[in-house]
Amino acid sequence: MISNTELDEKYLRKGMMPSILCAGCGNGIVLNATLRAIDKLGMDIDNMVFVSGIGCSSRLNGYIKADALHATHGRAIAFATGIKAANPDLDVVVFTGDGDCAGIGGNHLLHGIRRNIGITVITINNYTYGMTGGQFSPTTPQTSRSTTSPFGTIEHPFDLSRIVVSAGAPYVARWTVAHPVQLQKAIRKGLDKKGFSFIEVLSPCPTSYWRRNKVYSLESVYQWYKDNTVSLTKADDHPEKITIGEFYDGEKAEWTELWKSLVGQVRV
Amino acid sequence: MDVNNVLGPSQQFIQGDKACVYGALLAGCRFFAGYPITPATEIAEEMSRLLPRLGGTYLQMEDEIASIAAIIGASWTGTKTMTATSGPGFSLMQENIGYAIMTETPCVIVNVQRGGPSTGQPTIPSQGDVMQARFGSHGDYEIITLCPSSVQQTLEQMIRAFNLAEKYRTPVILLTDAAIGHMRERITIPANPLVVTRDYVDIDYNDYKPFRTGYLHATKIPEFAPFGSKYNTYVTGLTHNDDGHPITDDWNVHAKLIKRITSKLTDNMEDIYDIDTRYTDYAEIAVVSYGISARPALEAVYMAQRLGRDVAYINLTTLWPFNYEYFSELSKRVDKIVVVEMNIGSIYHCVREATSGRCDVVLVSSLGGRVSTPKDIWEEIK
Repeated sequence: MISNTELDEKYLRKGMMPSILCAGCGNGIVLNATLRAIDKLGMDIDNMVFVSGIGCSSRLNGYIKADALHATHGRAIAFATGIKAANPDLDVVVFTGDGDCAGIGGNHLLHGIRRNIGITVITINNYTYGMTGGQFSPTTPQTSRSTTSPFGTIEHPFDLSRIVVSAGAPYVARWTVAHPVQLQKAIRKGLDKKGFSFIEVLSPCPTSYWRRNKVYSLESVYQWYKDNTVSLTKADDHPEKITIGEFYDGEKAEWTELWKSLVGQVRV
Repeated sequence: MDVNNVLGPSQQFIQGDKACVYGALLAGCRFFAGYPITPATEIAEEMSRLLPRLGGTYLQMEDEIASIAAIIGASWTGTKTMTATSGPGFSLMQENIGYAIMTETPCVIVNVQRGGPSTGQPTIPSQGDVMQARFGSHGDYEIITLCPSSVQQTLEQMIRAFNLAEKYRTPVILLTDAAIGHMRERITIPANPLVVTRDYVDIDYNDYKPFRTGYLHATKIPEFAPFGSKYNTYVTGLTHNDDGHPITDDWNVHAKLIKRITSKLTDNMEDIYDIDTRYTDYAEIAVVSYGISARPALEAVYMAQRLGRDVAYINLTTLWPFNYEYFSELSKRVDKIVVVEMNIGSIYHCVREATSGRCDVVLVSSLGGRVSTPKDIWEEIK
């Protein structure tokens, strides 16, 4: 197995360090798992493009020594769609967060899935708009405190992975940063998938989410992830818990392949 | 196969919207992303028919925000890209137009103007988006906006739009309207139009800074490295240094970047500013117009010329950047400038600013889809 030092040396953009991320942020674990997945698959990093929107998770692509596009808020999947459609040979990965992907960018997520454009979307769900200081997001658990729900949020959260399954994505998995091995395997399978693959990662924002909800130690946060999640096979027995695991792994014709075949028929 | 063969006979009787597609394809555009909207839909329809025949890509996106996002992303693969819309969609595109400015991404945005604000008059022409084209996105910037007043000019200005976008690494707006877009006229398709393609970088990977200028020529325009070319380019809408790395708390970095991306256009007005002028040498009065409004303006000028009056015709086929110097000089030679436009006054205010009271400036305005008649204009020049 490649060491963290070797991984850093091989893939990180040194000029961008130190990172902007807070102590205890889960984003580094997601980046680590992503780079390990890429390394294990033997992918050519020079043939990859990392696209992101706005938010803490969307800063990850700046730390990778590869082509990257840090887009406008919510639009990462739309930008990535253009890149992939224009050059299907590129491997396109999107880093996004719960606010970026499920809030302002929700419609692009649905239509990226419907089109089945061949990109891998890694959504880091930390239950909050962290970059702006911790407002409740579309995935924030009901009753949570945030800077814009000081009395607890009344809104029902999205179950993002289930939405993505319903919309028809050919690969969907959800893990937490407390499951780094499973997460890395899911990203590997997602990168290998021809169509739209979606990996949701529950990841802590100690600064903006957990602190406001009176959880002050990272250990307690990781314990919370372990206590409040349940694998797919046992989900029916624990309806109150968050389901984790591989939600769907199937086949579906990918957009650029369908377009290529159409062009093959009509090209003069 | 050659584009001209796909487009068909060199003389055709077609709509402005279709001519817009022809011009784009002749200029080398091979990627379109858009969303249906009256009166620009015909551009998407024609693109969906012709692009696959040329091996290009047509994407119908979920909205106009996604459409411009897709063309900016696609442009970073080294493809010439465009989208087309009308007022409501143009409003939605504004944030990403700023992104294309900040990231110096070549692309073309067509706005077939209709009556606004809001849903307004979907099938009716207007020139109400002139100021939005210039200032619609937030922050400090300059943008190139071209404006055709015939179907033939639509084709020609589209080629120019792509050439300028590529040369200056900037988004270019083609501002047409429902009248020109839906009007049918005879056009001649040029056999070998001048086509410009952005400068690609060719240096050692480790030496490349994506937003440093001057690798090939002494210009303010950075040379381009497309995604997948091993240069590991980081593109961000944040204020960035030559490396492309975000530097958001140093006023010097921001000021340097904004000055470069605005002056790369304003320093080159001789190249960018191309307008159609007639009878300007001895004119006492100048009629300034653009787009559909330039047609009755020309008729009014012909009427004046027939009566022996020295009246000039100035058709602003380049709307933005505005050429203050040109109008300042003009104001020293003429007594009066008549601005004809289909809005409550847009270019009129710029002309007043440039002329600083040295001559009279009057506005002939029409609204609601009514095009000013030559007689309306004649009232101001008789």
